[in-house]
Amino acid sequence: MSEDTIAAVATAPGEGGIGIIRISGEKSLDILKKIFICKSSDIKDRMLTYGHVADPESRKIIDEVMAVYMKGPHSYTAEDVVEIQCHGSIVSLSRILKLCIKNGARLAERGEFTKRAFLNGRLDLSQAEAVIDLIKARSEKTFDVAMNQLEGIFSEKIRDIRADLTDILVNLTVNIDYPDEDIEQITYENLKESLEKARKKINDLLSTADTGRIIREGLAVSIVGKPNVGKSSLMNALIGEARAIVTDIPGTTRDTIEESIVIKNIPVVLTDTAGIHDTDDLIEKIGIEKSKQSFNKADLIILVLDGSRSLEQEDFLIMDHIGDRKVIVLVNKSDKDHCISDEEIKQKLTKAEIINTSLIKGEGIDQLSSMIENMVYGGHVRTGENLLVTNVRHKNLLEESQKCLDDAIFMTESMQPLEFIEIDVNRCYEACGEVIGETAVSDIIDKVFERFCLGK
Amino acid sequence: MEKIFMGRYDVIVVGAGHAGCEAALAAARMGKKTLMFSMNLEAIAMMPCNPSIGGTGKGHLVREIDALGGEMGINIDKTFLQSKMLNTAKGPAVHSLRAQADKNRYHLEMKKTIEETPGLDMKQAEVTDIIVEEGKVTGVVTKTGTCYEAEAVILATGTFLGGKIFIGSSAFSSGPNGLAPSVELAENLKKHGIILRRFKTGTPARCLGTSLDYSKMQEQKGDKKTVPFSFLNDSVGDNKVSCWLTYTNEETHNVIRANFHRSALFGGQIEGIGPRYCPSIEDKVNRFADKKRHQLFVEPEGLDTDEMYIQGMSSSLPEDVQEAFYKTIPGLENLRITRPAYAIEYDCIDPQDLKLTLENRKIENLFCAGQFNGSSGYEEAAAQGLMAGINAVLKISGKKSLVLGRNEAYIGVLIDDLVTKGTNEPYRIMTSRAEYRLVLRQDNADQRLTEKGYAIGLASEERYRRYLEKKEKVKKELERIKEKTFSPSEVNDFLVNHRTTQVQSRVSMEELLRRPQISYNDLKEIDDETRPDLSYHEVTQLEVTVKYEGYIKKQQTQIERFRKLEDKKLSQDIKYSEIEGLRIEAWQKLDQIKPESLGQASRISGVSPADINVLLVYLEKKRRKEQ
Repeated sequence: MSEDTIAAVATAPGEGGIGIIRISGEKSLDILKKIFICKSSDIKDRMLTYGHVADPESRKIIDEVMAVYMKGPHSYTAEDVVEIQCHGSIVSLSRILKLCIKNGARLAERGEFTKRAFLNGRLDLSQAEAVIDLIKARSEKTFDVAMNQLEGIFSEKIRDIRADLTDILVNLTVNIDYPDEDIEQITYENLKESLEKARKKINDLLSTADTGRIIREGLAVSIVGKPNVGKSSLMNALIGEARAIVTDIPGTTRDTIEESIVIKNIPVVLTDTAGIHDTDDLIEKIGIEKSKQSFNKADLIILVLDGSRSLEQEDFLIMDHIGDRKVIVLVNKSDKDHCISDEEIKQKLTKAEIINTSLIKGEGIDQLSSMIENMVYGGHVRTGENLLVTNVRHKNLLEESQKCLDDAIFMTESMQPLEFIEIDVNRCYEACGEVIGETAVSDIIDKVFERFCLGK
Repeated sequence: MEKIFMGRYDVIVVGAGHAGCEAALAAARMGKKTLMFSMNLEAIAMMPCNPSIGGTGKGHLVREIDALGGEMGINIDKTFLQSKMLNTAKGPAVHSLRAQADKNRYHLEMKKTIEETPGLDMKQAEVTDIIVEEGKVTGVVTKTGTCYEAEAVILATGTFLGGKIFIGSSAFSSGPNGLAPSVELAENLKKHGIILRRFKTGTPARCLGTSLDYSKMQEQKGDKKTVPFSFLNDSVGDNKVSCWLTYTNEETHNVIRANFHRSALFGGQIEGIGPRYCPSIEDKVNRFADKKRHQLFVEPEGLDTDEMYIQGMSSSLPEDVQEAFYKTIPGLENLRITRPAYAIEYDCIDPQDLKLTLENRKIENLFCAGQFNGSSGYEEAAAQGLMAGINAVLKISGKKSLVLGRNEAYIGVLIDDLVTKGTNEPYRIMTSRAEYRLVLRQDNADQRLTEKGYAIGLASEERYRRYLEKKEKVKKELERIKEKTFSPSEVNDFLVNHRTTQVQSRVSMEELLRRPQISYNDLKEIDDETRPDLSYHEVTQLEVTVKYEGYIKKQQTQIERFRKLEDKKLSQDIKYSEIEGLRIEAWQKLDQIKPESLGQASRISGVSPADINVLLVYLEKKRRKEQ
């Protein structure tokens, strides 16, 4: 409706060799210039340019891309359009999209590019019908996602934050609009305290929005186990090609090996650790230290045990390390003798999921993949696309909320007039509302009359 | 009954309250032959409730009415008893002027202005019917069967229409303040297809000031420096009276609780819906049971009377209970009530049946204003009366209507809220109802609106000249303070005196003014002979512009975005039921309200963003077909 600059992933969801991010609107070229580094001095209209997408703040390179700028009206939407062709992984696409949004674009709604194309005269009348269908489909889809979200803890938390913000807004409103009434006057001290309380909740939510982070950055999985139980075989089976060296000599994997893969549409950063065992070998020691680090950072641990041998001191030691963290235990070499019982494992790792595998034969990998998927979505299987979109959108809105509260707190600290502070708090309230699809304005005024005894 | 034809006018206004007076004056000043009816000419601009004008949001409305060329601001400046700028502890956007009024003098001054206005007649008569021909109003009929013809009629009947007063178990047909109600008109309006509903409001008791003990109350004085409402005045006189603050106590609440069953409110006799922001004392005690005390202000009704108004204590309890609970209050122990508190119920319309010009959707050239539209308050009524008067004149002159946007005026917010969203209770303006509060300030109402008022022939030459002069003077002074700079040695003593940090290098006067601790008047100490002599209104405007520049810019950007949807106009002939893709609830609402722009459509409850998208596509399709 308004002529914001919009951005979205233009290629079909899922893994492809190449992915495209499309940006449309006045700020398209500006955004590209901010996040794109290339050798050629100028980005020319309609010319494919090679370069890298990098975060303008951290200068960190995100992907190697080809970018093209098409000046309006000679583009799909008849506006200035930029397309960035990057690697087709979800991780890469979502990171670039996130950057575009951070630098001034808004996430496009479903069908919005087509809608703009139509409104700007690029499509004919018969195609307009399709646009209506798209809009209809969008509201149904949004409804779908909204329903799913409603059931989650996430929306509960947003409601909780909104309730806090409602309290603040009601107090601000009543203080501004009823200066003569016998009501508790707002103090900057109290106001700051309530604002900080709300900000902390938003911060917590942002940092613990686990699924969202996993979708954007990948699930960190650490494979552990004593030497020669089949960790590298697992790695290979998951990657689908032999990358780690597989030998029968314990300690062959001396360094950690990190690999980004996709399991059931979930980006996974897999770390194969050096066996954690006592050693005098210096190089091996470094490897072990690194293993411990990646182990500590992991979202999920996969413990590989040699099922053909009884549990040993070293297995127990590793299990002690794992404690109550999320773990899947693979009892490998199940085609040979079966010497470890589930009970033995459960004694140490009460919450462990256990799978019998024969990694050499590739048995048990499917089961493992499904289990990872279940763990990420908490039992709800959903398409990667919905989650990707919703989460970038959520994160975006929550970051905006955070920014608004930062501003409000700054204004409160400098004791600025209440009605300026109200603007920031109100925007924060709206942004949180947009996350869960609730944007009622009049409920603040209703609450004012519910809570305060006012009037002549 | 014999029908007598008594004359032809351009505009007829039914009612002479705050809405009626503004409507009639606007129409006459814009050159139309106008007739204003009142059931009693002693009720012109009557204040049947609180003796004050202005307050949060309301004060903004008065300044806007004044900026367009209305009368309320001028009239209260002539007759105020005490003036107070509210919210001065907060920022400039919510500073709100409120003045205690001398009720009788307010009425007399307004009556005099009306008498003196060329082209404006007033008549004491009860209008009992409107004449409608082919869907168009053409005149009115009075109780004596006398007919008056008019091109446009404005209904501003206030609480007179179908008025019914409740005191305890007694209920009787009555207008406000013991005046006769208007009964026949309501019945006849229904016959013309106008749907009426019942709203309710209430007012507290009046008592004799000599029966009160002020030593037990806290004195509430006006501001040391009084400030005018009207942009035509640079100063107004001094405060003439004080108000008094006292509180209810547990005993008061006990008396009220013991008599809940005798209140008309709880007895179920009242069907009308009352305003939440104006609850009766029994309502307050009932709903906020844990509140130990409620405040009340004792306010003078005028200089020529000893009667006092007991603000905060409206009630529909029987008279004996009223006297009993009032007497439990410190200072009121011996009070002598002159007029008991009462609740009043009246007929009004659903404002969603109106256009943004306040013209009725069903009957052409019939305009509606004030409490009749479901609002509450003198200022809300006056604002609508003014706009109804203006638009009635513009309509019959074949000119483009004047609709103020939500980004332009509180008047715009008020009317858009009423017409687009409707209301379930008497509607009161609040600053929090405005999205663009920082821009809609009382200090800049003239800069926002006087040009418009002048263009339609309402704002006077003098008002326009003052507006231009202020604009020019503020602009020049803004330039001067930007260029005028000081060295650290010239200002550091001054800065220390005003408890603000010293400077290291040259600093402009504008930069100094940006500091919260320094006002424009403070700067006089270090300023030179080029400093101009600015009026109160000019100083305020200048200060606000400098001090809050950043925020105002921020809000301007929001307004730009808002305007994009407002500028996409929707024709009144669109058949929403035929537009594919709209949800049922959406097209039903759209068909009912017939929004004038996409922006207005987006504010209708039940119309979703997806529906707005469908409308966007529809508009584009239509545009291409027409090409």
